[in-house]
Amino acid sequence: MSKKKMKTMAFEEPLIELRKKISELKEYTKTADVDLSSEISSLEQRFAKLEEEIYENMKPWDRVQVARHPERPTTLDYLPLIFRDFIELHGDRVYGDDEAIIGGIGSFEGQPVTIIGHQRGKDTKENVRRNFGMPHPEGYRKALRLMKQAEKFGRPVICLIDTKGAYPGKAAEERGQSEAIARNLVEMAGLEVPVLSIVIGEGGSGGALALGVGNQILMLENSTFSVISPEGAASILWKDAALAKTAAEAMKITAPDLLEMGIIEHMIPEVRGGAHHDTARQAQLISGAIRYSLKELEGMSTEQLISQRYEKFRAIGVFSE
Amino acid sequence: MAMIRDIFKRKRDEKEATIPSKAAKDVPEGLMTKCPNCKHITLTKELENLGKVCPKCDHHFKMTARERIVHLMDDSSFESVDDHLKSENPLNFPGYSEKVQADSEKTGLNEAVLTGTGSIKGQQVVVAVMDSHFRMGSMGSVVGEKITRAVELATKLKVPFLIFTASGGARMQEGVLSLMQMAKTSVALKRHSNEGLLFVSILTHPTTGGVSASFASVGDINLAEPKALIGFAGRRVIEQTVREKLPEDFQTAEFLLAHGQLDAVVHRSKMRETLSTIVQLHVKGAGSDV
Repeated sequence: MSKKKMKTMAFEEPLIELRKKISELKEYTKTADVDLSSEISSLEQRFAKLEEEIYENMKPWDRVQVARHPERPTTLDYLPLIFRDFIELHGDRVYGDDEAIIGGIGSFEGQPVTIIGHQRGKDTKENVRRNFGMPHPEGYRKALRLMKQAEKFGRPVICLIDTKGAYPGKAAEERGQSEAIARNLVEMAGLEVPVLSIVIGEGGSGGALALGVGNQILMLENSTFSVISPEGAASILWKDAALAKTAAEAMKITAPDLLEMGIIEHMIPEVRGGAHHDTARQAQLISGAIRYSLKELEGMSTEQLISQRYEKFRAIGVFSE
Repeated sequence: MAMIRDIFKRKRDEKEATIPSKAAKDVPEGLMTKCPNCKHITLTKELENLGKVCPKCDHHFKMTARERIVHLMDDSSFESVDDHLKSENPLNFPGYSEKVQADSEKTGLNEAVLTGTGSIKGQQVVVAVMDSHFRMGSMGSVVGEKITRAVELATKLKVPFLIFTASGGARMQEGVLSLMQMAKTSVALKRHSNEGLLFVSILTHPTTGGVSASFASVGDINLAEPKALIGFAGRRVIEQTVREKLPEDFQTAEFLLAHGQLDAVVHRSKMRETLSTIVQLHVKGAGSDV
């Protein structure tokens, strides 16, 4: 993958500047008869240090940018790297096939699993087809159909969450967006097989949670899970969407935040600078996390799986009595 | 004996507590009440006798949770639970605790839902009534916890669970904790359902967002009051997204009924009767000869 073409984010600017300077110097030494190798190596050292400084100290708003990066790997990018023999299964059997959610069967390290994930597009054309990864009711109903199918055949369900939210549209309301999401929450609560929910990008509100009632919730280091987007929160709370950065901090939406609050079980580390820098390596890290989590759930009876899920969500909430 | 009298005294106080609602601001408070829909003026007392439904245009005024209880349940049968739970300010939002405190004083509730046990025509139920006068009925940790506990109580008592929803959705000031209350209430409802117990959701004005997209929509039977606003996304958001004019009745109870999302729209004057019949029909081994 060419790194030059990659979209850079504001917090990375100093790095980009420095990298440019280094490559300019390198270019220059090729043509000119001066030895700048010591300067270059000192700049490269500085670059390494700066890179560490920037990427190890990412602020919530930086993580939001990474989570939304146009080149951030999606469900379809990870699928062939994590699973084998994937066969996509389409449609909700009621209305249609929502391409904002893909689902199917495959194997994870030899074990048959059902995989369901939000799918956004990488370009305008694909985004139109996939509705920017914002599902309609039929998407959630397809997901539920595949979960029930997984239950019948006793295979784990692995959900990859990556959506700004369920689509707020006229047709979505007419076909029961609320009911579709609500139904998934209730039915997921009762699934007799292990359910893993992994947030790989944005976890936008109810539209994300509808794939999120798992025995474990895992989040990539630079993913978010929130009740409302930082922009939405800022415009409602302070009547100013420009305060999104402040809202991102205040709302506690990043993986480290949710881990600290005890809402998620594990945080999956990302390759330096974000998953989009090395999709293959990131897929390995996710595979490792799936292996670990499935192991933790292995040997649990049907009743234990359901009651573990019950206790997990039952415990969430902060209040006094 | 004195204790018993105390209980009744408390209930009477609660019944008579008047709560200044938003709608009441533009109408003369007290003797007469003006309908915000048709401007018809009705004696407040008469309006209360009519269950706060305008005699001229059938407009269903918003009800407080306690008014709803009085209107629905058998006299003095209602015993509230979990009134002691208190909201915290987990994200340290400036002013949040004060707002909750102010609404608590205004409504006499600890949070935006009132839960408890009681009977409808002699049949025991657990009931939860959301109150939109409290932070727009939004759901944070305490609302989620109270509803979850109410569902668990219904499961334990093996009785039907009824909920009257009225909510703007998840409460933003508690962030993702609010979102997770959707899942928490759902796992409890699943357990209640697995016991073969009845859950009736009655959607009242307004029921939107995360509440609409969780327990409100998954009753064994979903009812709604006439003209109630019910939807997932806000009308303005949808208009901005789809850039088209939405039909006048979009996201009303009648609209949802026509689109197959509700079992019935029930006039408030028939609600107690309807619920009583529904509950009766779910008593194991019982017919309608009661």
